[in-house]
Amino acid sequence: MSQPLHRDYAGAKLGMWLFLFTELLLFGGLFLLYGAYLARYPHEFAAAGREMHLVFGTVNTLLLITSSLLAAMAVTAIQRDQRRTVQLLLGGTILCAAIFLFNKYLEWSAEIGRGIYPNSPVLAAGPPGESVFYSLYYLTVGLHGLHVLIGAILLSVVAVRVGRGTVHGGDYVWLENGALYWHLVDLVWIFIFPLYYLIL
Amino acid sequence: MNPAERLATTTSFWNDTGRSGITAWIFSTDHKRIGFLYFYSVLGFFLVAVTLGVLLKLELMAPGRTIMGPQTYNAVFTVHGVIMVFLFIIPGFPGSFGNLIMPIQIGARDVAFPRLNLLSWWLYIIGAAIILTSLFTGGGPPDTGWTFYVPFSARTATNVSLAVFGVFVVGLSSILTGLNFVTTIHRLRAQGMTWGRLPLFVWSLYATAWVQILATPILGITLVLIVAERVLGTGLFDPARGGDPIMYQHLFWIYSHPAVYIMILPAMGVISEIIPVFSRKPIFGYKMIAFSSLAIAAAGSLVWGHHMFTSGMSDTAILVFSFLTFIVAIPSAIKVFNWVSTLYKGSISLEVPMLFALSFLLLFSIGGLTGLILGAAATDIHVHDTQFVVGHFHYVIFGGSGFAFFGAMHYWLPKFYGRRYAERPAVIAWGLMFVGFNMLYFTMMVLGMKGMPRRYYDYLPEFAPLNLASTIGSWILVSGLVLLLVNLFRGLSSGELIGQNPWGGATLEWSIPTPPPTENFTEEPVVTHGPYDFKGAGIP
Repeated sequence: MSQPLHRDYAGAKLGMWLFLFTELLLFGGLFLLYGAYLARYPHEFAAAGREMHLVFGTVNTLLLITSSLLAAMAVTAIQRDQRRTVQLLLGGTILCAAIFLFNKYLEWSAEIGRGIYPNSPVLAAGPPGESVFYSLYYLTVGLHGLHVLIGAILLSVVAVRVGRGTVHGGDYVWLENGALYWHLVDLVWIFIFPLYYLIL
Repeated sequence: MNPAERLATTTSFWNDTGRSGITAWIFSTDHKRIGFLYFYSVLGFFLVAVTLGVLLKLELMAPGRTIMGPQTYNAVFTVHGVIMVFLFIIPGFPGSFGNLIMPIQIGARDVAFPRLNLLSWWLYIIGAAIILTSLFTGGGPPDTGWTFYVPFSARTATNVSLAVFGVFVVGLSSILTGLNFVTTIHRLRAQGMTWGRLPLFVWSLYATAWVQILATPILGITLVLIVAERVLGTGLFDPARGGDPIMYQHLFWIYSHPAVYIMILPAMGVISEIIPVFSRKPIFGYKMIAFSSLAIAAAGSLVWGHHMFTSGMSDTAILVFSFLTFIVAIPSAIKVFNWVSTLYKGSISLEVPMLFALSFLLLFSIGGLTGLILGAAATDIHVHDTQFVVGHFHYVIFGGSGFAFFGAMHYWLPKFYGRRYAERPAVIAWGLMFVGFNMLYFTMMVLGMKGMPRRYYDYLPEFAPLNLASTIGSWILVSGLVLLLVNLFRGLSSGELIGQNPWGGATLEWSIPTPPPTENFTEEPVVTHGPYDFKGAGIP
């Protein structure tokens, strides 16, 4: 069936923003649990929070902020129709995402190495609040990692489309929505980082 | 446009070419075809779940084991609930009539994201397939009740994880429909279709879509947590490891209470369309009905705690949730009063859609008022987890949404088939359903008041006569339902031909040919009158 091409940019972006709301609310459920259990186990949460690997967390924060900057620069570049630059910038974003996930792998390996994972004997022996903290940590960060992966795949698709010329200076809503998604991934991490690594 | 092109654009959407056979439907991005995909899928699941419901009532016909044992009974009421809630009534209105009618009512060619719309249906079908697979694999069908309460759902050996994953996928489908509809209503209204001229069915879908967008993600994460609890042993709801099962109940009802507004709001929209048309009068209080849809959506998101009065939550929380629950009754009552005022001095014609609309008014009012008995903490504690709750819920969702769904079927489907049903059998079917419905569910409320709990396959001998009456009611209801469907679909395939505007409606779907062309409108409509301005539309 022939579909007349309709280019409703405002509509496409509105749809993306609505989708981002739903993503925020998905994480919202986990933050809600964090809040409720923090109120119940303030000391256990603080003790567990001090055990987190601050170096990994900080490096990953810097990586994500940098990648978000690169994604935003890519949007500016496509407005100037610099396709090669767009691809380089998106490549940089995806590289940051890959290093982020690799760091996550190292960090989780270290945690699991010292016997800290859901339902582990070490946590079962410790105070109940710590087990809740680490379960929430694994779920929240795991869900976020999944979003990093999805975002990276999405931006790769966009990069390919830029290469093919289907996303260009006159029609770049794909890139803009991809970048919006990437900023969401960044934004969620901006909340995860202090809650689990810093303030406790 | 040359004459040949004009002819091509005015052929009905049934004759649309391109793909052939079933792929012309399951890969179509036409909102009308997707609407029918949804309609027949949800109707199919509805009939499956009705069958399970009849089996449940058959088991309760007499005390003791009648046709099934306790484990089977648990599985059957769980599957009945899961299918009815997640596969019939939540996707039912937005997916079927929302898709069929809403774009036409706002003067659009299609929804904002037609391919996303098709993806929604595919996700729905995939989710449904996963749920059905969970019934026959692993440890057997889930036996937790549709609410999947922990700790039981974390421990039972039945196939909860797979079923929950299926519900997650269906939830994603619901989110995508919601964001598609909000974008469509914001961006694709025809020239002159101001917010104040939006048909009330569209207003109700708009409010519903917001609830779908804002509440469903919480269900998503809750279901993920159940799977994590079962597979990873996260212990977030396990008191032995510092978790709290009440947190699960909060998360679950943060979605699932607003979800009942996903079920009822579009039904209210249907009623707001049917009543003015069959009263030959502009709707009374248009603005208040539109506003109350939004008010119900907003206030309804803050009342989930009334499901948990006996859970051990604090007394302060109980008071606040109880108060907020009573607040929701206000916009609901505003709607009912406005509908009744529309009827006042109207020229009422008692055609089938109107009969369903009028019975909606009565049944929904009973359902709403019994809801206040449950919303008040003191009375709720007496009837909590009894048959009263089941009766109340079915009054709202079956007597409300379900009857509105049947009304919508008789009101709108002839428009798409170009033929109508026979009047007399439809009236008889409606009568049977109305009588059977009240026999079935009113007795359940009485039984609940007397103390019969829900979700037991057995009961004390003193409850026997009322249970027998209730079971007989279910037979009457189902015989009415069968007659209704047979008559309706026979009419749609070989009934009397109808014209463009058989009921004399003033909304845009009645201004286009019957059946609608693929492009809906031959040229972009310019709206010059309100949706219930029958004089402005030139309807006698």
